[in-house]
Amino acid sequence: MLTQQIVNGIVVGSVYALIALGYTLVYGILQLINFAHGEIYMMGAYVGIAVLAVLGAMGVTEQSLAISILLVFLVPMVYCAAYGVTLERVAYRPLRRAPRLSPLISAIGMSIFLQNYVQVAQGARERAFPNLLHLGSFELMGAHVSGLQVFILAAALAMMAGLQVFIHKTRLGRAMRATALDRTMASLVGVDVNRVIAMTFAIGSILAAVAGVMVGMYYGVVNHYIGFVAGIKAFTAAVLGGIGNVTGALLGGFLLALLESFWAGYVSAVYKDVFAFAVLIVVLIFRPEGILGGSAAETDRS
Amino acid sequence: MRSLAAAPLWGLWFAFLALPFSGLEGSLRIGLACALVVGAARLAGVALRAEAVAPRVAKGRETVAELWESFLRGMRDKRVAPFVLLGIMALPWWLGRYETDVLVVAGIYVMLALGLNVVVGFAGLLDLGYVAFYAVGAYSYALLNTWLGLPFWPALLGGAALSAAFGILLGIPVLRLRGDYLAIVTLGFGEIIRIVLNNWDDVTRGPNGILGIGRPLLGEFRLSQPMHFFYLVLALCLFTIFIVNRLNRSRIGRAWAAMREDESAAECMGVDLVHAKLTAFAFGASWAGLAGVVFAAKQTFVSPESFSFFESVIILCMVVLGGMGSVPGVILGALILIILPEMLREITFFRPMLLGGALVLMMALRPQGFLEARGLRLAEGALPPEMREKAERTGR
Repeated sequence: MLTQQIVNGIVVGSVYALIALGYTLVYGILQLINFAHGEIYMMGAYVGIAVLAVLGAMGVTEQSLAISILLVFLVPMVYCAAYGVTLERVAYRPLRRAPRLSPLISAIGMSIFLQNYVQVAQGARERAFPNLLHLGSFELMGAHVSGLQVFILAAALAMMAGLQVFIHKTRLGRAMRATALDRTMASLVGVDVNRVIAMTFAIGSILAAVAGVMVGMYYGVVNHYIGFVAGIKAFTAAVLGGIGNVTGALLGGFLLALLESFWAGYVSAVYKDVFAFAVLIVVLIFRPEGILGGSAAETDRS
Repeated sequence: MRSLAAAPLWGLWFAFLALPFSGLEGSLRIGLACALVVGAARLAGVALRAEAVAPRVAKGRETVAELWESFLRGMRDKRVAPFVLLGIMALPWWLGRYETDVLVVAGIYVMLALGLNVVVGFAGLLDLGYVAFYAVGAYSYALLNTWLGLPFWPALLGGAALSAAFGILLGIPVLRLRGDYLAIVTLGFGEIIRIVLNNWDDVTRGPNGILGIGRPLLGEFRLSQPMHFFYLVLALCLFTIFIVNRLNRSRIGRAWAAMREDESAAECMGVDLVHAKLTAFAFGASWAGLAGVVFAAKQTFVSPESFSFFESVIILCMVVLGGMGSVPGVILGALILIILPEMLREITFFRPMLLGGALVLMMALRPQGFLEARGLRLAEGALPPEMREKAERTGR
């Protein structure tokens, strides 16, 4: 029972962590909570379904599993990056100098818009996410572990490692770090700040797309509403770890999912979401800077 | 003209984005619509800025503003106001039962929107869980009435007081937080209340809701028709408008405005931020509680469904679209957002999408809303021009 909860927690945690990274990256650079980030994740899952439908119609799924798997991740990544960049361009960039409330309201509007666009276009019913991977399962210290769970964890870890390399080893990653430290200064030394911000949205959205496709595979169904709760939980994870801090987002994601898994297993499954919100409130009261964050989280840098 | 050439590109881009959701035909239509809208907007932008047109546009705008001003002045005029009020009071005799019921709903939302306006518009605290207080009011009357037989009028006070207590309860943990954190915490709070109502079967009967809530009694007379509720809601709305206007011009109202513009500066000038924030939450919440009690009495039925996050968003839209901080603006926003969908039944399906889009557009094009808030404003010439420009850009 205990190991099973841990396994479930780690798998869900890798998804939370991937989404939380998107919140944290954007917050690090713009000090803005991208409310619509959860919807990007949801749309990633839907694009995955569309890709599978097209591949199925063309008969690719039977011929080559490898290509199908590649495309079912790659196309949503491209699409979500496009959504993220467009979101920033349409809803946030015009408001960069506006009072603090304006981008927040715009973000909520965008979230509502995207969620209901998907509902209008795709219907309110749950959509099945066809399973491509039949990986079997095995026992690990009394816990039932499916191959899909191992795959999800491995894919998430690979994405996180890729992000670390990108941020610390590439030129653009350096520009991102510089912009996060001081936007004005970065632009003065020749960093194209607008491009960096767009890139940040693209990267966060790519991570969310991977999370969306994996959740679709894991649960087998998606609906237009999944972005709302996942978004709040990932945001909680980001705050728990210390918002603006990349390692913190990972830590927060796994920690929150584990706590939630224990809560659901031993206390009450019905009040699982209430527990996550309560964690958010408690963290914000007692340690708003999170586990790894400095004291900067609370101060107003705008 | 270069900017016009971008229109087809925007169209293509949005067609591409919509492709996995709307299919080939749908996405082409969306792309075409986007191209046309962007093109028309750009064209209008060029035309309005043209030398021949710009002065006339400015003049037209001034005329509209003047007309509106004189309209408002007329409404407030002691000789005109009674007739306006009489006209409003005659409405249910002229309208049908159904239309009157719509007006009652609109009135309840006017109260809610004015209450949220205290929190968001006056004090500048973004509350995304406002509907939770509405739920507290509705459920407190529903439970106390069905269990203990508590009559409507004491419940009206009790519901408001209980909601205010909840408002303070929520306010305390978020006192130290920045605006955006506050938004998320209030959102979480709203969801907690909804989930608890949905699952605490022994008390709230879960998703089935509570049936058979008593109607208000006025002496021996039982308020049951939409027309009766119309007068009740009208009276409460007038009361709300009176109090809210008073609040805005009071000492605490000025403290809220100062806090909204700049917390640190307000604190330096001696504003007690803790007190100001908690009173804003308490006032806003108590109005939601009041509206909740009326709602429960009108429906005689409450269920968690009525208190979803989207309800909070609708009320926020009324405040934002109408004009944050502007009392007539918020009333207008509430009336439009309730009455318009009733008249245009075809858009009901698209309403959430349209509201979301409207929030984004409004923030980009006219963040002050339909009617700009008046009141505390930088006096003409009080600041040197460059500082004035900055002040106008960053605040109100």
